[in-house]
Amino acid sequence: MSTATSEAMPRRRGARSRRKPNMALLMGPSVGFLLLWMIVPLALTLYFSLRRYNLLAPGRRGFVGFHQYADLLTSGSFWTSLYNTLVLVVACLVLTVVIGLALALLFDNEFFGRGVARTLAISPFFVMPVVTALIWKNMLMHPVYGLFAELFKTFGLKPVDWLATFPMSSIIAMISWEWVPFALLVLLTGLQSLPNEEIEAASLDGASAWQKFRFITVPHLGQTIYVVIMLESIFFLTKFAEIYATTSGGPGMATTNLPYLIFLESFFQYDIGTASAIAIFAVILANIVAIFLVRFVASNLSEGAQA
Amino acid sequence: MTAARSRDRGARRRLRRKLILTAVAYVIALAFFFPILWMILTAFKTEAAAFTLPPKLLFHPTLSSFGEALARGNYLHYAFNSLASSLGSTALGLLLAVPAAYAMAFYPTRGTDGTLLWMISTKFIPAVGVLIPIFLIYKDLSLLDNIWGLILVYTAMNLPIMVWMIYSYFKEIPAEMHEAAQVDGANTAQVMARVVLPVAIPGLASTCLLAIILAWNEAFWSINLTNTSAATLPVFIAGFKTAEGLFWAKMSAASALAVAPILVFGWMAQRQLVRGLTFGAVK
Repeated sequence: MSTATSEAMPRRRGARSRRKPNMALLMGPSVGFLLLWMIVPLALTLYFSLRRYNLLAPGRRGFVGFHQYADLLTSGSFWTSLYNTLVLVVACLVLTVVIGLALALLFDNEFFGRGVARTLAISPFFVMPVVTALIWKNMLMHPVYGLFAELFKTFGLKPVDWLATFPMSSIIAMISWEWVPFALLVLLTGLQSLPNEEIEAASLDGASAWQKFRFITVPHLGQTIYVVIMLESIFFLTKFAEIYATTSGGPGMATTNLPYLIFLESFFQYDIGTASAIAIFAVILANIVAIFLVRFVASNLSEGAQA
Repeated sequence: MTAARSRDRGARRRLRRKLILTAVAYVIALAFFFPILWMILTAFKTEAAAFTLPPKLLFHPTLSSFGEALARGNYLHYAFNSLASSLGSTALGLLLAVPAAYAMAFYPTRGTDGTLLWMISTKFIPAVGVLIPIFLIYKDLSLLDNIWGLILVYTAMNLPIMVWMIYSYFKEIPAEMHEAAQVDGANTAQVMARVVLPVAIPGLASTCLLAIILAWNEAFWSINLTNTSAATLPVFIAGFKTAEGLFWAKMSAASALAVAPILVFGWMAQRQLVRGLTFGAVK
């Protein structure tokens, strides 16, 4: 309630104020900084992507138009890494949203020591990705000394070399472990903003637990799930540290996604032009998602202003 | 009599349900926490004990692995860089974000929503999309492997989130408070320092916590832009990806030291985190 009234005030406030401060002075530094550090480099990436530019062949430079893009479309490594990127994003999305939702519904109930349990469950989100990768790789998934191997032996099964046999699935498991907590936290926040009266009214009308979930909780959570999917997609599209610290994109190209391919092209092949062209593809991919998200945030902003 | 008994039975059933929920929730919560717990336990073992099969939950704790992690590999050098880059970028971000958020929250114009959205949308440019130009520009400006270079990148990375969060906290300040200060004849700097900032301190604190967490855990930029002199803890720990990774106790000790402060910050900021990371789309 209080947010609704305070958000209605600014329009009047702006009109009534006597001395308006120098807006350019207040806004300028932030806007300028973001332009300089984000937009200018993006424009340069676009420029490099249209030029031949290999640090190992400084003589062969020049404008080649969309040549490097065309080359990419016929290159096996590009399609493999695009495929890997999408597999990683989709699998992690499904896992984190489904498990996160189940956990959010569980944690929305009252039980003893709920705060402590929630805090424990969301902790993986705060562990730096490099640490996550190394703990999983060495201490959990190691084929001889890892805990999973030990667990398998206890049950009379043959230990598995996870990162060699199921490299992509292993990476997906690590990333999901980090991001289920995020989905849980956001979905739980969404659940707790569900008005209690609605649930009570439905109970009085004799609705079953399933009906309450299906017709009240799900529609209410829809928006929250949408936001979780959008945000996670943007983060998952650019996953790097977990791959860098475990498989280095291998075995072969099995876990090379677009960001890792750009890393390889620029720092191992020194092919700035091609790497830039891949980067533009990555930006386009992220923007397809971001457009929907920004539109959603925008509609929230204007709702606030009208309230 | 019967009514009381059935009420009694209802209470007992509710208690049983609550106990079952508690058990289930704690099993799941501990399963998620387990890798972290395992890392912390291993950090207190000797290398030999860390490799004992089957793994032991009970053992003689020792601090020797922490000692080794600190002594070798210049741990403190990396920790200092992590501290400098996350605190430095947060301070710089605050300096840039507060005036902008103030202007947009208290003097909105027709362009305010657009500006805010534009700032948020820069956050969605993947880092790989701007890596190469920044790398090349940094090379020319000798900002590669330079702590200032890292501070600037982290500032740019966190600025949209900081502006957004501070803006949303400023919007909660009642208009009357802001107006009253102006009527008293205070100038913009005075209004900000005496009225707006003191009220918004809890919000500013959680904004800073989130910015520190994000910068501290960041690996992509530090791996690609630094080498040794400005390298941060993620770079140091990534060094364990080779054969060094089999020194479990030392790796765990180094990791535990790097993760612990952020874990505590994260626990403190868990509520505000949703607000910051979802740009207010989930309240």
